[in-house]
Amino acid sequence: MVPRIARVRRRQRDLKDVVTLTLEMEDGGDLEFTPGQFNMLTVFGVGEVPISISGDPAKPGGGLVHTIRDVGAVSGALARLGPGDAVGVRGPFGVGWPVTEAKGSDVVVLTGGLGLAPLRPAIYSLLANRRQYGKIALLYGARGPGEILFRSELEQWRRLLDIQLYVTVDHADTDWFGSVGVVTTLVPRADFDPEHTLAMVCGPEIMMRFGVSALRDAGVNDQSIYLSMERSMKCAIGLCGHCQLGPVFVCKDGPVFRNDRLAPLTAAKEL
Amino acid sequence: MEGLERIVREHPFFSGMKEEFLELISGCAKNVRFEAGQYVFHEGQPADQFYLLRSGRVAIQISAPERTLTVQTVGEDEIVGASWLVPPYRWGFDAKALELSRAIAMDAACLRGKCEGDHDLGYEMMKRFMPVLIQRLHATRLQILDVYGVHS
Repeated sequence: MVPRIARVRRRQRDLKDVVTLTLEMEDGGDLEFTPGQFNMLTVFGVGEVPISISGDPAKPGGGLVHTIRDVGAVSGALARLGPGDAVGVRGPFGVGWPVTEAKGSDVVVLTGGLGLAPLRPAIYSLLANRRQYGKIALLYGARGPGEILFRSELEQWRRLLDIQLYVTVDHADTDWFGSVGVVTTLVPRADFDPEHTLAMVCGPEIMMRFGVSALRDAGVNDQSIYLSMERSMKCAIGLCGHCQLGPVFVCKDGPVFRNDRLAPLTAAKEL
Repeated sequence: MEGLERIVREHPFFSGMKEEFLELISGCAKNVRFEAGQYVFHEGQPADQFYLLRSGRVAIQISAPERTLTVQTVGEDEIVGASWLVPPYRWGFDAKALELSRAIAMDAACLRGKCEGDHDLGYEMMKRFMPVLIQRLHATRLQILDVYGVHS
């Protein structure tokens, strides 16, 4: 429960209100994690928040990478940190993306907005082990062309000839030549076998609900759809109950859940 | 004409439609193409045709002073235009080809007439249009919700 101390090695501004911090543990300890896990990050004197890990799990020496949107006191303080500043780190916590279970299947990654950050480690894993998967479709939606996260990386991935990558924005002016429409409209464009597909979905909760609906319409069953939930996680070890969702703790049993387990919990009006 | 009937029959929008209906519909169809940057139709003009895209992409746009916004892009196998279905049969948006686009243009008055004359055909057309319209309504609601915005 006691945070380890890390230092900011690098700070990169991704969007107007989004930065990516690369951290180095002061004690030189390991930085291993699985895609989809999160850390509790502390800005001393301000507070602690859960932040998904957005780096490459195969390159733990590259630092501990977190992508942070400035939406509150702690995330704002994190976003303002610079090289050399101290950060408290607890973790990694939680159950991540089923990149092992997906082997042999087609994979659809459906994400929107900042939801690409928690999925980026899974995408790195899929691409690093490309031959172990069937077709891969990465479907990403953003609010507008200026709010596309990891744009240069998306452009690199698009150049790969063995994945399908579609990007759309909700609104655009005429300078944008790409697709305009909600991310769910990308699902019918992707080529995958719905009966042998595993889908990973991450984004705002409403987007995920519509995303699940589009995947179901395409023939993907709930047992093959995984979502990452965001709840008020405090202790991150299933003790405090802040993130409790019926019988599960999002911090410990998630944040990634299979939809057949999650849907009855999120559909309930009261738990 | 036979070639056009084949194109109509093979378009996913008409997939599985009865032969007699396809024959009726094909009488209202013609092949069209739009160069990149060419307008398919303009807001306020009579909605006298609708389009089944075969290739290319079309942007549905709305213009305001000093600004044009794209609210949707439509691609291969999709439909451009729904205003032909309901009075006063005028386009609510501009549609502009983003790249060379080929389409089947359906004469709206011709098709409305045939649907009035044969309600089974009319019902069949409605059954094919409604899912598209509902899907676009849901998409519009999702856009309005601005789910990627920061909400306090």
